[in-house]
Amino acid sequence: MRTILKACFTIGCLLLALIGCQNEIDIKTAQYSVNGQKVYIAHCQNCHGEKGEGLGNLYPPLTDTNFLDKNHQKLACMIKYGSTGELEVAGKKFNNTMPASNLSAIDIAYVLTYINTKINKRKEIFSLADVEKQLKNCQ
Amino acid sequence: MKSIIKLCCATGILLGLFSCKNTSQSSLPIYGEREAVEKNIDGKQVVDTVYHTIPAFKFLNQDSVMITDKDFEGKVYIANFFFTHCPSICPTMNRNLLKIYTQYKDNDAVRFLSHSIDFKYDQPYVLKDYANKLGVSNDHWQFVSGTKADIYGIANQYLVYTAEDKNAPGGYDHQGYLVLIDQDKRIRGAYDGTNDEQVKKLMNDLPKLLNEAKN
Repeated sequence: MRTILKACFTIGCLLLALIGCQNEIDIKTAQYSVNGQKVYIAHCQNCHGEKGEGLGNLYPPLTDTNFLDKNHQKLACMIKYGSTGELEVAGKKFNNTMPASNLSAIDIAYVLTYINTKINKRKEIFSLADVEKQLKNCQ
Repeated sequence: MKSIIKLCCATGILLGLFSCKNTSQSSLPIYGEREAVEKNIDGKQVVDTVYHTIPAFKFLNQDSVMITDKDFEGKVYIANFFFTHCPSICPTMNRNLLKIYTQYKDNDAVRFLSHSIDFKYDQPYVLKDYANKLGVSNDHWQFVSGTKADIYGIANQYLVYTAEDKNAPGGYDHQGYLVLIDQDKRIRGAYDGTNDEQVKKLMNDLPKLLNEAKN
């Protein structure tokens, strides 16, 4: 009897710890994404649209996940310092200049997390450390 | 007694018809200053109201063709003020105007007129490129540029605020109104092009004005 109780207790503890950890990640992602929405509305939405749909051939959509994955390491730099030259997004070519936003690293992490988790309904968070690392290597 | 009832019924029906007619008619206001003028019509003195109208204009369009108010004669049109590298309200405003354009581009009674307030940078070829990329496919939506005095002057006539301002995003400050003009060049509505509710109202009002123009 005792061993069964003990086993139950350990399993319970393990489960709790696991769920606890998971929640912490979820809460952090949710927090990033809520803050990211504010940044998005202030800095991105006018051109890229409420749902990241873009506008004609003027402003590219933010919903091409292939593009996001392929340029994962460049996204923070593009947001911070702007972007010029031709881009191919969602099968269309764009050649407009995106102005520099000069956002802080944490705001960039927020907004990238918002774009990834809310606009594209994916799970991955963009961490501050990751964004800071990317910003050091901007060309 | 019976005849009285009949009379009442008839009056009722007539009243009903009358009120129906009233509600179905367009009742868009006419904006701007107005004055009462006395006219002599067939020997009688009649008081008439003169409304504010958009004066004659002449601008270079996206195809480097001079267009004038004559091109909008007898048309209902929507006018606005923007510039191509505007980072603030313009993309939202033109995104909304594009929705209306897409719905009405084949309707010959409707026109669209976007004025660039960036008289330094927005040359016809810049406007042409912008129009193409926005998805404008016929000449019912005109993009025009002109001298600062001409463009800012006509903005005042549309009751839209425009100004060169170093502190504003992109260097120009302006209001994002979509201004609805009737076939007699009078202002019949001004809707904030960045506000979904107001854009919806414009979409409701435009058919009303078109109906009025037909009658």
